[in-house]
Amino acid sequence: MTVTGNAVSGKEAAAIALHRFGFGPVGGQINATAADPRGALLADLDRPSAGLLSADLPSSGEAARAVFDFQAERQAQQKLALRLQKTAEMNGEAEGMSDLAKAPLAEAESGPHQPPLPQQLVSNEAKARFDAATNADIGFVERLVWFWSNHFCISADKIVGMAGPYEREAIRPHVLGRFADLLQAVESHPAMLFYLDNVESMGADSIAGINRDKGLNENLARETLELHTLGVRSGYTQADVTSFANVLTGWTWIQPSEPIHGGEFIFNRLLHQPGAQTILGKRYPEAGMDQGRAVLADLARHPATARHIAQQLASHFIADEPPPALVAKLAKSFNDSDGNLKELAKTLIGADESWLPQRQKLKTPAVWVAAALRLTGAQATAPIGLIMNAQATLGEPLWRPLAPNGFSDTEAAWIDGIPHRLDIASAFAGRVAAADPLALLETSLGPLASAASRETVARAETRRQALALLVMTPEFLRS
Amino acid sequence: MRLHAPSRRELLLASGTLFAWAHLPKLAYAEGRDPRFLAIILRGALDGLATVAPVGDPDWVALRGDNALTLASKVPALKLDDFFALNPAMPNLHRMFQANEAIIVHASATPYRERSHFDGQDLLESGLPKPSPSDSGWLNRALAGLQSGGRVDPQGSGKVFAVGPVTPLVVRGPAPVLSWSPQRIMPASEDTVQRLLALYRQADPKLAGVLKDNSKLDAIEQAGDMTQPRGGPGPAQVRAYFADAAGAAAKFLAQPDGPRVGALALDGWDTHVNEGIAAGRLSQLLGSLDDALAAIKTNMGSAWQQTVVALATEFGRTAHINGTEGTDHGTATVALLVGGALKGGRVIADWPGLKPAALYQNRDLAPTTDLRAVLKGVLKDHLRADERTLAQSVFPGSDSVTPMAGLVTSS
Repeated sequence: MTVTGNAVSGKEAAAIALHRFGFGPVGGQINATAADPRGALLADLDRPSAGLLSADLPSSGEAARAVFDFQAERQAQQKLALRLQKTAEMNGEAEGMSDLAKAPLAEAESGPHQPPLPQQLVSNEAKARFDAATNADIGFVERLVWFWSNHFCISADKIVGMAGPYEREAIRPHVLGRFADLLQAVESHPAMLFYLDNVESMGADSIAGINRDKGLNENLARETLELHTLGVRSGYTQADVTSFANVLTGWTWIQPSEPIHGGEFIFNRLLHQPGAQTILGKRYPEAGMDQGRAVLADLARHPATARHIAQQLASHFIADEPPPALVAKLAKSFNDSDGNLKELAKTLIGADESWLPQRQKLKTPAVWVAAALRLTGAQATAPIGLIMNAQATLGEPLWRPLAPNGFSDTEAAWIDGIPHRLDIASAFAGRVAAADPLALLETSLGPLASAASRETVARAETRRQALALLVMTPEFLRS
Repeated sequence: MRLHAPSRRELLLASGTLFAWAHLPKLAYAEGRDPRFLAIILRGALDGLATVAPVGDPDWVALRGDNALTLASKVPALKLDDFFALNPAMPNLHRMFQANEAIIVHASATPYRERSHFDGQDLLESGLPKPSPSDSGWLNRALAGLQSGGRVDPQGSGKVFAVGPVTPLVVRGPAPVLSWSPQRIMPASEDTVQRLLALYRQADPKLAGVLKDNSKLDAIEQAGDMTQPRGGPGPAQVRAYFADAAGAAAKFLAQPDGPRVGALALDGWDTHVNEGIAAGRLSQLLGSLDDALAAIKTNMGSAWQQTVVALATEFGRTAHINGTEGTDHGTATVALLVGGALKGGRVIADWPGLKPAALYQNRDLAPTTDLRAVLKGVLKDHLRADERTLAQSVFPGSDSVTPMAGLVTSS
């Protein structure tokens, strides 16, 4: 379905833009941006250090080493407890575990109100990320961060300590830079290399491969082609995947057990498959790590990559089935600018297809949660754990997608969760101390609010119910 | 269809309900008493006539027809005196009434005479004579005016209370309050689901379909079976939530080193459609409230004898039933007092009558008792709040509203 019509303007355009490209209006933003909504979005792109987080958080290497130490210590305590228990049994003590044996276990398992270190690391990262969204002026660049982070997703279920650092180190610095740089940063990041099993991959003819009788793992090479760059069924073959996997052998990390540089990237020659490889008809001579860099550089500027990214970006922000003309404009921008992502974002905002009055997107759970909490001020009193629980309940747990293709952003994927959103809305609305629901409706929806929605909010039984209903109106849910 | 959240009912999203003052009221304590006071705000506008029916009023049955509770109803109303009878969903309150542990004040209202929930709730909780912005509530200002006989727990009550996120207006203000949040969180209420569904049906049929399907409302509408879990919480969950919240409040108040004054809010009384006075929504809500009152009495233990619980709502509902088997926003309603410290077993009412000319604006039960008189009476005689403070800062501008005397036994 392609919706056509005239682009909106004025306050309506401002309200639509703030919901469609950001985290929804707050304060007097609809009025403030009504004169030039496109200009406001462009200004968001032009902010100094746009996309970066100022939070003081550990690097991926520091986090990986800390998690390793934590787990090693816990294992040691458990072994000690087991040993003491056996001793006690041999000595014929009635209770299986002596107090001495219990103590370290109890401390390790329950510490006084302190979640275990890995969860703590994730919470801190999540809070910094969530605050960046709710405190953002418009939040267009944050939305781009979320888009690219999901496009190049990893999972905290597999590599817990690095989920946040990965986004800060590999994604954020490049969301307004060159796609080629973003791609290099992502595919050489230890979190991605571990998530897609490249850390163990070794060439059959590499020194390690010959000695250890282990071999190639194609996972990273396949997902890079299928998900990160060209797109599925874009013409590459199994031979291309295998060759690319060979190219990427040796891209690995230093074991986190290593006290100084554990968890950091390293190119390990001992794992690398020697020799030239041919991918998509082009021959790449042996060049160590540069062989992989060369392949990634070519993938970044491949026309199929441009089409793939254009389709995904338009689908994320504008419509599940975006207007082909918009996709074509984005692909052309990507090609013409050699993958300049800021130009791509400008093209998205510049296109008339992006300003249709029809709101064809259902906000994803994470975007909706951020928008609702930001509007009502509930984020001020809601601990990050509650917010993460809410997102998980809605099926979009932060940094924990089920598969490397990330979370869907289509209506079909999320619409069944609407009743759950109402529960979450109701619960969070209960945390808002004082609010004027009708004023917030004006703030958030302004000219978009239908008479029926206004009436529903105005007639609510309590302010709490009014706030819950406000963030559940079709106008708030859809963008 | 993809299911996102099989365990939605296990959500632990806390919301604040009980807020408490951890001091001993000095003057009352000096008299050898150790009074407990709990205020329960019923948000949404409780239908007073459906809660306590004027069965002795000759115009009663004509007014409400099939919806009029009577002593001869299929499930008979519970007789209170020669004139009033209680909704049959409240046997525990009835027992308390018979044991002189409950007082019902009928045809009472705050000074608010408009019909907006938000303003009405603000006024009920702020204690101000007119709707205007306020950042403190009457209960907090009453506590601020009380002399403290010392903290009940010298170590501080942090061990017992977690600080909850949102304080209801009635206890906001200068006196420091503790808050406690129950671990149980209800899904959005049935009423909220219905309101949203009505909006979606007008504005977004696709969302309506999802909300309706997932809530399995069809089955409930057709079978009339309200026991199955669906979009909103079932009656069993509401019951459990009310009893949890009120029972926990009582447990805290009962402890020798626990707080002495608390407040909580229970929502859901806005019964515009299919009110279900004898069987249905209101009946279930009143039953839940009745369970909560029983839980309070049980958990108070011996402190029950020193306890007054005051239950109040922002306004009443229309005297007549509307076109959708419900009632719309009205004026006067009931206020309920329960507790072992009461001189109970009485319905206090300067009954205005139900003839059309007697109704307020020809539609609502007319207010004849100022709710502030009731609350001032309890605060004065139970907690020994100073009468001038009550008239000036607790309920500003209420000099002409005399505290109702003789509500509690010790006075």
